[in-house]
Amino acid sequence: MALAKRIIPCLDIKNGTTVKGTNFVNLREAGDPVELGKLYSEQGADELVYLDITASHEGRKTFTELVERIAREINIPFTVGGGINELSDVERMLNAGADKVSINSAALRRPGLIDEIAANFGSQVCVVAIDAKNEGGAWQCYLNGGRIPTDRDLFDWAHEANERGAGEILFTSMNHDGVKQGFANDALRRLSDTLTIPVIASGGAGAKEHFLDVFREGHADAALAASVFHFGEIPIPTLKQYLSNNGIEIRL
Amino acid sequence: MNVAIVKYNAGNIRSVINALQRLGVEPVLTDDAELLRRADRVIFPGQGEASSAMTYLRERGLDHVIKNLTQPVLGICIGMQLLCRHSEEGDTDCLGVFDAEVKGFTPTPSQGGGEAIRLKVPQMGWNTLEPRETWLGDGGYAYFIHSYYVPLCKDTAAVTEYGIRYSSALHKDNFYATQFHPEKSGSVGEQIIRNFLCL
Repeated sequence: MALAKRIIPCLDIKNGTTVKGTNFVNLREAGDPVELGKLYSEQGADELVYLDITASHEGRKTFTELVERIAREINIPFTVGGGINELSDVERMLNAGADKVSINSAALRRPGLIDEIAANFGSQVCVVAIDAKNEGGAWQCYLNGGRIPTDRDLFDWAHEANERGAGEILFTSMNHDGVKQGFANDALRRLSDTLTIPVIASGGAGAKEHFLDVFREGHADAALAASVFHFGEIPIPTLKQYLSNNGIEIRL
Repeated sequence: MNVAIVKYNAGNIRSVINALQRLGVEPVLTDDAELLRRADRVIFPGQGEASSAMTYLRERGLDHVIKNLTQPVLGICIGMQLLCRHSEEGDTDCLGVFDAEVKGFTPTPSQGGGEAIRLKVPQMGWNTLEPRETWLGDGGYAYFIHSYYVPLCKDTAAVTEYGIRYSSALHKDNFYATQFHPEKSGSVGEQIIRNFLCL
């Protein structure tokens, strides 16, 4: 037996409810975040990710209260992200009961934030999320939920984050996200084989075979998905049994 | 039941409190020596860095208080490591309850495909327990996040494999400890906390 590959449902939260974007734009509702999280936990999800996609100050407060409620109810680890720009945001989320925080644009804008989080709370709480798009063979990192391109290369940035003390890399391929044709396995394998920290694959899940591929071919340590779980297209127990039957180390 | 949680500069305390509350226990979070000595059970949680944690405990005299407790004590994660003799993390002398040396995992990235030999650090996720004692239940998967580990020793109460076989739980006299986080390990962890409260 060995360390299991993780299946991670991701819940996008706006004003206290779960929504799912397709290609980062259109949103539709998918239920109460705490109830949904509990359901996933009972079904065998290995971790949960809650992303706050609210922009307003009032929304931030609602989200913090939600994190406290999640922490009281759920007995598996969960990561929170969205709007975490400085150390005080990290502290607020950890105090509310989150196990890890995911930082994205803030880290690209000020990479030193990764060092600060690692020094103050330990690498294990610091998930660096990267949204990148492959254009003409080069993977370019994006800011602000995929809206603003940067001049940073995915692999350079992931390695820098690793060096600075990130505990995990959560890589979303913008080419694959919402398309449901599988994960970006080539890029994932290159990340996973060269980084010393775990890699979470995101973007592209549409069928259970895609999860098998992302572990076998993409060498991912964990796979994250949203809509296929929220709308019951792939039940988690079915998925995990399928992966286990195919020789993937999975917690059943 | 009167359960005290050691208050010090380590993270992850909220989730331990939540886990106890789900079991109907209202713990006190304290660094008061008398409250810790009088409690029926003491939990020494943690997530953090060994040398700064030991400095904090020594400055407040908590090092002596903790190692001289006589009721059942449960160390979790860094709490377990701090109960050992010494840690490679920051070359730190620890509490010395368990006669063991805490060592660091060495990351070994694979060079093009050697999936089986690859070891990432920290170990993060669900790994299996091979319990040697009944308070750890039947085993199964538990949730781990750690970069340092305790080798197998005479106090080993459960074994887990990550590149090497190491101690995922320890037990000596009234001191119990888990490298994994029972408060985050679903129903397996919940049962271990319940067993500890029933010792």
